[in-house]
Amino acid sequence: MTRAAPPLLKGAAVLVAAALVLLNLGALAAVAWRAEGGAGWGAADWAALRFTLWQACLSAVFSVALAIPVARALARRRFAGRGALIVLMGTPFILPVLVAVIGLLAVMGRNGLMNDLLALAGLPRLSIYGLQGVVLAHVFFNLPLAVRLLLQGWARIPAEHLRLAAALGFGASARFRHVEGPMLARVVPGALAVVFLICLTSFAVALTLGGGPRATTLELAIYQAFRFDFDLGHAALLAAVQAGIGLAALLLLARLTLPEGRVAGLDRLAPPAPGGLARVLDGAAIGASALFLLVPLGMVLIRGLPWLGDLSAVVWWAALRSVATAALSTALLAVFAGVLTLIALTRRWPEALGMAALTASPLVIGTGLFLIVNPWVDPARLALPVTALVNAAMALPFALRALLPAARRAEADFARLSASLGLSAGAHARLVLWPRLRRPAGFALGLGAALSMGDLGVIVLFAQTGNETLPMQMHRLMGAYRSGESAGAAVLLLALSLGAFVALERMVGGRDAET
Amino acid sequence: MLRLEGVEIAQGSFRLTADLEVSPGARVAVMGPSGAGKSTLLGAIAGFLPLARGNILCQGQRIDTLPPAARPLSILFQDHNLFPHLSLFDNVALGLDPSLRLTQAQRQAVATALQETGLSGLEDRKPAQLSGGQIGRAGLARVLLRARPLILLDEPFAALGPALKRQMLALVGRIVGETGATLLMITHDPQDARLLCDQTLVVAEGRASPPAPTEALLADPPPELAAYLGA
Repeated sequence: MTRAAPPLLKGAAVLVAAALVLLNLGALAAVAWRAEGGAGWGAADWAALRFTLWQACLSAVFSVALAIPVARALARRRFAGRGALIVLMGTPFILPVLVAVIGLLAVMGRNGLMNDLLALAGLPRLSIYGLQGVVLAHVFFNLPLAVRLLLQGWARIPAEHLRLAAALGFGASARFRHVEGPMLARVVPGALAVVFLICLTSFAVALTLGGGPRATTLELAIYQAFRFDFDLGHAALLAAVQAGIGLAALLLLARLTLPEGRVAGLDRLAPPAPGGLARVLDGAAIGASALFLLVPLGMVLIRGLPWLGDLSAVVWWAALRSVATAALSTALLAVFAGVLTLIALTRRWPEALGMAALTASPLVIGTGLFLIVNPWVDPARLALPVTALVNAAMALPFALRALLPAARRAEADFARLSASLGLSAGAHARLVLWPRLRRPAGFALGLGAALSMGDLGVIVLFAQTGNETLPMQMHRLMGAYRSGESAGAAVLLLALSLGAFVALERMVGGRDAET
Repeated sequence: MLRLEGVEIAQGSFRLTADLEVSPGARVAVMGPSGAGKSTLLGAIAGFLPLARGNILCQGQRIDTLPPAARPLSILFQDHNLFPHLSLFDNVALGLDPSLRLTQAQRQAVATALQETGLSGLEDRKPAQLSGGQIGRAGLARVLLRARPLILLDEPFAALGPALKRQMLALVGRIVGETGATLLMITHDPQDARLLCDQTLVVAEGRASPPAPTEALLADPPPELAAYLGA
């Protein structure tokens, strides 16, 4: 029992859908049209394709494998700060990539903490650049994600099974075989797939920690063909291959049920966890993961805070442009997600549209848009609006995943009551839908703002000197070895991203929305 | 009062037919095995399910073509009768004005309905802060306020204990008495039917039978009701 959508809403939905399809397919068409045939595909491109797949595999395997002991320890131990640590596991998602990279460099870079320790011990310094650096950064971002996905699996083990295992005196191996193993067999493939997909379109990490013939992803190769050779045909060919991988990934995605990221039911009573060695190992897993996440961020703050007063005007201007871009992007996201959520109450297609955007690559879309606008307008003039638009499209799948279930539940629970009381469409939206949706809406918009604020993607194709965003300016500073000022800019970017997320989540979501 | 003429409701392979009349002011218990279609019948009368065939008339007017809110009836579901994010007052006030822009007189009417259902002083509470009995009363306060000539109850008190349920049924009896409304009430318990309903309507084997006097029906149940009651 759902009311029919008003005509105005239907019109808006068609417009939004058309814009998104044009954005994706139009860009693809432009790319395909300009792509040069097989002749342009050289050894370096094969290497980029291999590296893209290989680093994504390694990142997925390491992230998930390391997440298993951490998730198990978090699931069965109770300690002060456990809740905070689980929340911390959610933050890398809104952490700007470059902030994390600067943190990792401060710990494991040439003059980082770890190499200093190695040097003290008389060992040779290790390099973070190349495959190991790319995978390390990806694990930094995706280990927490994998931990949260696996925690969900542990939370779903029926408490009776745990009690039964305790009552029957299962040892570690029996418990693993009968209780934890079967759960992991269900959850791990989905977690591997999610991390693999995320790493497929990695650009900013490869740009800063990879590079060279041995560590270039396809996305990075697109950028290089663009920027260094200005070979649009070659860039388009690379983009077409990346798009093909994305499409294959999309088909893979459709066959897997993806685990949910939401963590619930973790605080129920469970039988006491085993002591002894298991206790020590759990403590080590929790401690190591916390250090792995916190030390790089701490180093960013330690190195960057003193610089905050000495940032050059260029950095502040870039920050202003970033804020403007994020604001525009969030507004677009609000329109896209709002219209699609409302129309999704009566139709199925918005979900598919949202998911399709999940595997799209920003650089492919960027390349396509560049090819489309280049004959007409100077692309540099469109750098910020295009970045905002692409960011909104990229954040849309996450927004829809937050909003659609809440909207469907509100409709399932209350549409009949609303109809029987004769609530008009406007009253229904104001009194029923909005109170149920404002919390996920606040989360979605906060996420969109933070992602846009920290994004280093399409902007590098479009922007020239003079209209950089803050992440792009940071990349410039890093390239010029001004590590102090880049750390200062990182602190600024971190504050802006987190600030935007928290502000929107509070303002839109309300402090005590619903129930 | 309420007439179902050659009504047929189809849901997948499930079919329910009804050809019956309910007299004005009657209190009718709707009984029958689980899955027989009791909720389906009420859902169709309330306008949540389309008819495959037939007409529904209320006070001589066809109502099966009207949207749910325009039908001269109030319905209470098994649960989700209150919006969890609205206060008790607003939840009840929705019965008067679905956009919640109330005049002073309307606010007074809401306050009176709350008083009559024993909910005064709880106006600002959210449903999560109310007991099961208070939630039941809130639903009934809204029914009272709407004062529609037909009341449909789809087991809104099923989750309450026996004593509380009897209280609710007494309140229903009072509201029906005050407003002169006609009542259709789904129940599993012959006691409920005896307590409140002079007539009973059996839904079984794809058919809703015309209402018959409750005492006689329970004393000498037709085979499908006898099987359900285990008597």
